[in-house]
Amino acid sequence: MAKHKTPLLDQLESGPWPSFVSDLKQQAEVRAKNKEKVEFQIPEDVVEDLLGILELSFKHGRTHWKHGGIVGVFGYGGGVIGRYCDQPEQFSGVAHFHTMRVNQPGGKFYTAEYLKQLCDLWDFRGSGITNMHGSTGDIIFLGTTTPQLEEIFYEMTHNYNQDLGGSGSNLRTPSDCIGQARCEYSCYDTQALCYHLTQEYQDELHRPAFPYKFKFKFDGCPNCCVASIARADMSFIGTWKDDIRIDQEAVQAYVGGEIAPNANDHSGRDWGAFDIQKEVCDLCPTECMWMEGDKLMIENKECNRCMHCINVMPRALRIGKETGLSILVGAKAPILDGAQMSSMLVPFVKAEEPYDEIKEVIEAIWDWWMEEGKNRERLGELMKRQGFQRLLEATGIAPDPRMVKEPRSNPYIFWKADEVPGGFERDIDEFRKYHQR
Amino acid sequence: MALDYEESKAKIVEKLQKKLKTKSKFYFNDLAKILEAKPREAKKVINRLVQEEILEYWSSGSTSLYGLKGTGKQAHAEDED
Repeated sequence: MAKHKTPLLDQLESGPWPSFVSDLKQQAEVRAKNKEKVEFQIPEDVVEDLLGILELSFKHGRTHWKHGGIVGVFGYGGGVIGRYCDQPEQFSGVAHFHTMRVNQPGGKFYTAEYLKQLCDLWDFRGSGITNMHGSTGDIIFLGTTTPQLEEIFYEMTHNYNQDLGGSGSNLRTPSDCIGQARCEYSCYDTQALCYHLTQEYQDELHRPAFPYKFKFKFDGCPNCCVASIARADMSFIGTWKDDIRIDQEAVQAYVGGEIAPNANDHSGRDWGAFDIQKEVCDLCPTECMWMEGDKLMIENKECNRCMHCINVMPRALRIGKETGLSILVGAKAPILDGAQMSSMLVPFVKAEEPYDEIKEVIEAIWDWWMEEGKNRERLGELMKRQGFQRLLEATGIAPDPRMVKEPRSNPYIFWKADEVPGGFERDIDEFRKYHQR
Repeated sequence: MALDYEESKAKIVEKLQKKLKTKSKFYFNDLAKILEAKPREAKKVINRLVQEEILEYWSSGSTSLYGLKGTGKQAHAEDED
């Protein structure tokens, strides 16, 4: 029998989708039965009380969680988010209900054994409720009490070789796609760069000194599987410098129906014969592809890396051989001014250890943002407030037409006195000889 | 020039104690301003103040603030002091 009646939450289970309410009820039952005889270190009825307080919030139309807290593990300013409820007498199981963020392994590769270890630890010292994964990619542990934090941290760092992730005004847990480990589109080793920068910037990850959150995300190609262009303050997106490699025989195999387009995706219904003109050439956003007889032609300098043609015909078209990455900056979610996508800052850089060129850009951006950013101002907002030109000055990067998003022709250019021969000073009398007032 | 730790500690503690009546949590930039230092220099001192348990972190989850250890409403309200 459930500890609290939850008629409003029960209604959520009636929809067509899997419901977190059902999951929580299941977990509450598992804890109540405790078949594995776990010596729970936090109240056994934590999940029951979580359901109870959520029901109350629905009833009252207001939250019963308080905002933030001072808890953490010693020396770390992130990774733990204090959560307390304002009805501790009624729902004692969730009086403390802190969140812990666990730095997910690169590309989210893990073994079943590793996952089992984490889950066992969390059943023992927490609520057993996890979030796989948070939007920054972390493995999120939901709900434990203050005395358990150091115990969990010790166990993870000493026995599982596992660190906490970032939260608060920190560098957030860097996140990457599976990269070259599994994907032929990947233009650089995302996991190597992600791991390298995670190690390099430990201080930024664990000790908050930024105006607000700061996110790195690493995508091996412009398909952007970790959505770096939409979410990261600095997006590292794989690209290539030379031409798309074409296997004309394979192109013909697609045209002739011997190879299924889109790697056999969308094959649930009959879409008719593959039409390369309609499905590839006509959909190219820069119109840089055409058929010459049996041959597929590409004007490579017009390609803007939309990836559509490669995604449709992966056996016929491959990324170029001269690969690296582009750095884009300033994406964010819509708290102020609406959502923003990243803007191109470095069109191409090789991704090779020790990644010094990349680190130079990162550190120059941080220096600028730490000094000029207002409290709770994301990099993208600072770029908007002070202008992209200030970002270029701060990073020492020369302007490049590829940074201009719009207008693509006749852009405004703001010259400075030292960029113009003779500056802006002029002899007004000489000027008046030719121009009447 | 590197900041003198003892001098910086005294400055921070004095300023924060003065403001305690109205405010117990401060942004990193507020502390850097008290030290009149660039953020990176200020961070070295502030990290040490946390290590020595003179300052403590407060986090909402999205934003981090600093306060003198044990001060403010929350420490008492949540039995964390």
